[in-house]
Amino acid sequence: MSVRQANRFGFGINQSRQINYDTSDRKVRDYVTLREPSFRLCFACGGCSATCTAGEHISFNLRRMITLIRRGEIDLLRDEVTRCMLCGKCMLVCPRGVNTRNVVAMTAEAIRKLDRNEL
Amino acid sequence: MKGASKHVIVAGGGVAGMEAAGSLAEMGYRVTLIEKGQDPGGHLLQWHALFPDRRPAEEVRGYLRKRLNHENISVITSTVVEKIRHHGHDVIVNLSGGTEERADAVIVATGFDLFDAHRKEEYGYGIYDNVITAAELEEMFSMGKVAKADGTLPSRVGFVHCVGSRDEKVSNNHCSKVCCVTAVKQAIEVRKMLPACEVFCFYMDMRMYGPYYEELYRESQEVHNINYIRGKVSEASVNISNRLVIKVEDTLAGRPLKMEVDLMVLMVGMEMSKQGAGLAVASGLETGVNRFLETGDHHYGNNVSRMKGVFYAGTCTAPMNITDTISHARAAVTETVRYLNGR
Repeated sequence: MSVRQANRFGFGINQSRQINYDTSDRKVRDYVTLREPSFRLCFACGGCSATCTAGEHISFNLRRMITLIRRGEIDLLRDEVTRCMLCGKCMLVCPRGVNTRNVVAMTAEAIRKLDRNEL
Repeated sequence: MKGASKHVIVAGGGVAGMEAAGSLAEMGYRVTLIEKGQDPGGHLLQWHALFPDRRPAEEVRGYLRKRLNHENISVITSTVVEKIRHHGHDVIVNLSGGTEERADAVIVATGFDLFDAHRKEEYGYGIYDNVITAAELEEMFSMGKVAKADGTLPSRVGFVHCVGSRDEKVSNNHCSKVCCVTAVKQAIEVRKMLPACEVFCFYMDMRMYGPYYEELYRESQEVHNINYIRGKVSEASVNISNRLVIKVEDTLAGRPLKMEVDLMVLMVGMEMSKQGAGLAVASGLETGVNRFLETGDHHYGNNVSRMKGVFYAGTCTAPMNITDTISHARAAVTETVRYLNGR
């Protein structure tokens, strides 16, 4: 029975929500870490996302994005990463001294390359 | 007594210095305690009640005062140890005011300074009236009244953890260890004093490392209804109704959050004391990247300096609570006695 047929009968077959760490692709993480080593230092305090002007109005959350990059969950942040306006307020807040603006820039670059099979 | 003729100078009359002086005197050594303030007692003088059991700080102060009340101890107040040097079998210390004292050994117990909250300008300390430090809240507890600057009672209080700790922006990467549990303790006390007041703690990690700390955290939720929000506060401002507005990410909800509070308490951390830092520079004592005194070995030489006859006790080496400070001071005494016996 196909997914569509199953749904017609009121059954849903859901894709797994698990982060499958063994099959997820961490090329973007490696690309960003190599070019912006301070990426490693994030301890997910949320200072960046608290001060972020974009995040107040739209779904943009650097703290969550960094975790997703580390886990290799790139699909979830493909659109989100383009929403940053690179104002750099997050850099002023970050208690670990992460160059957050460059993390965003390098992530966007890595995803562009990934989509062109250049990563 | 065996040690009676031997003289030890203890630099600093806080918890560590008082305990070290008391232990040495009890063992028959002659001790001179040098205290920069008018009275020994250190930061403990400002504290009303202690974690994790909220016992009155006065009980520990009383214990330490009794310890100092020994014929072998002389206390010199309003005086600072400016420099220590080793000379032959002696250690010579220079005191403020230009005098010199000779000793057989010195225990450095210069303690810590509380982080100056003005340095985190984005939290508005010294700018907004109702932004206070944990030490100032403790004074309010001592006075028996927690109130806003205008004298009215707060209906919501926010505690901001890690102010000046774990923060590269103020050159402090270290954790001050005691602020998390202090916030939990103070949050409970606020709720007990003002049952109608809501209390929120803004934290990055809850570091309940000591015995009964986690239990206190649990009690704060179960009995006292303290709210915890995981996120580092990025800034505070004042709105048109003159209430403080905290900006934070609720990282567990994954969304930015703003909240009005009447009183914001900054959990200021521990830094190497300015006086201790000056002493280290003048005497050539090594300091670590965290600016505290560097001990001979982090595991088995944690009271030993790299200068002969000079030993370390308490928070001049790293942030620690009162229990650990007292233990550390006793260990410094053991090292000192071992040195004096082997000389």
